[in-house]
Amino acid sequence: MIEIKDLHKAFGAHQVLRGVDLQVQDGQSVVVIGGSGSGKSVLMKHIIGLLRPDKGSVLIDGVDIAKLDAKHLYEARKKFGMLFQGAALFDSMTVWENVSFVLLRSGMRAAEAKQVAIEKLRLVGLTDVEDLMPAELSGGMRKRVGLARAIAHQPQILLYDEPTTGIDPIMADAINDLIIKMREELLVTSVTITHDMHSAYKIADRIAFLYDGRIVETGTPDEIRNTSNPLTRQFITGSAQGPIRIEGLSA
Amino acid sequence: MRFVELLGSLIIGFTRGVGSVFLLFAESLKEMLLPPYEIKNTSRQVLEVGIKSVPVVIITAVFTGMVLALQTFTGFKRFGAEALVGTVVSLSITREMGPVLTGLVVAGRAGAAMAAELGTMRVTEQIDALETLATSPVKYLIVPRFVASVIVLPALTVIADMLGILGGYAVAVWLYGMSSALYWHRAWNYLEVRDIFGGLAKAAFFGAGIAIVCCHEGFYTEGGAEGVGKATTGAVVISFMTILISDYFLTAWFLK
Repeated sequence: MIEIKDLHKAFGAHQVLRGVDLQVQDGQSVVVIGGSGSGKSVLMKHIIGLLRPDKGSVLIDGVDIAKLDAKHLYEARKKFGMLFQGAALFDSMTVWENVSFVLLRSGMRAAEAKQVAIEKLRLVGLTDVEDLMPAELSGGMRKRVGLARAIAHQPQILLYDEPTTGIDPIMADAINDLIIKMREELLVTSVTITHDMHSAYKIADRIAFLYDGRIVETGTPDEIRNTSNPLTRQFITGSAQGPIRIEGLSA
Repeated sequence: MRFVELLGSLIIGFTRGVGSVFLLFAESLKEMLLPPYEIKNTSRQVLEVGIKSVPVVIITAVFTGMVLALQTFTGFKRFGAEALVGTVVSLSITREMGPVLTGLVVAGRAGAAMAAELGTMRVTEQIDALETLATSPVKYLIVPRFVASVIVLPALTVIADMLGILGGYAVAVWLYGMSSALYWHRAWNYLEVRDIFGGLAKAAFFGAGIAIVCCHEGFYTEGGAEGVGKATTGAVVISFMTILISDYFLTAWFLK
């Protein structure tokens, strides 16, 4: 279980998170929605311990991830798999070496690790790509390889950073299906950040709306769709008019 | 007031930069000593930083030796001391030109590549990805480059020393008709072991400096493609300054 309590984070004078509270139960899929620059990525980086909170805490199965020393933090990170927005594949390695990165580093033999990689790639719908370099892949394929890499060490928690951004709508929906498949077949807990409402409705058990450094509202996809909160309403309908002002533009 | 403000912010920026480099250096040393050891990555860096720099180092060293002999022969002839060409070449090359020029060549070639590669990995989130895959990026990326540079710089300097002296030989003997025996006699007789080892020690220091400065610039890159460009330029400029300034103080210290 992931418990985020009163999380605050500032960069210099810029206060990004102002007290985020969020809980994710085991096996649940929570989607955090919010505008560009609302601090979604910052929130996600706290969950996996890439950033340390100024105040508040992130508990993973009851353990405060910010209080771990380097060794235990790396140990704790093996519970996680993360899919990055641009896939973040290592471009000096082949596809299969990317997928088996953790396995190779923990001493698995190359032949065996390659077999695992091929199997994971098949799980995300890719065949005959294992010997290619990341530069030879399309955007959608890169994301799927990134997903195969994230699940290769059998994590319990998957984090998705804007999984459908920057790819065509059909590929985006295929990625949504994969996220659902991961949860159903691998029984993982997942946290997704996105501003793609179509994707959020499809993959979420619960949706949380992050605005002005706080979670303004959480609910099931249906509750969010029928929300009476004017902030959430404006965001999900995608309107430039409403209580949320865009800096530099006057309504 | 404006001036004081500017000066203050420059000093703070400089101090912060130096501090950040030393923190990264300390962390690299710690990660270097803790197992597991990155032997495969380190050997790859020895190839990248070392073996692939050999051609440039050879050309630089040969021509430096040649021009030294050319200058010394014609210059010293004015007071009849042209017989000392061998000594001037061997001392200048082993004590100064060998390590410094090798350092500058490696900084320009391999150091720039380190900053660009790490910078690109930073802006494309590959460094964050390493973290999420339970791998310390300092251990995986910086330590191999650091160790390789410290090993490779003295080795390249040995090559530069030998070829620089041979370059001087070519000009003195073949071009100016000096006797081969005289050149070697003068080159060896006044050369002391500590000249060579002092030069190699400086080279190892330059290797450490180049790796940590260039990795630092790349590792903390911000701002996309433009940031990578800035990091690369910064890495080369700061490495050059580090080499040239530290060279003076190391030399003064060795000569004490």
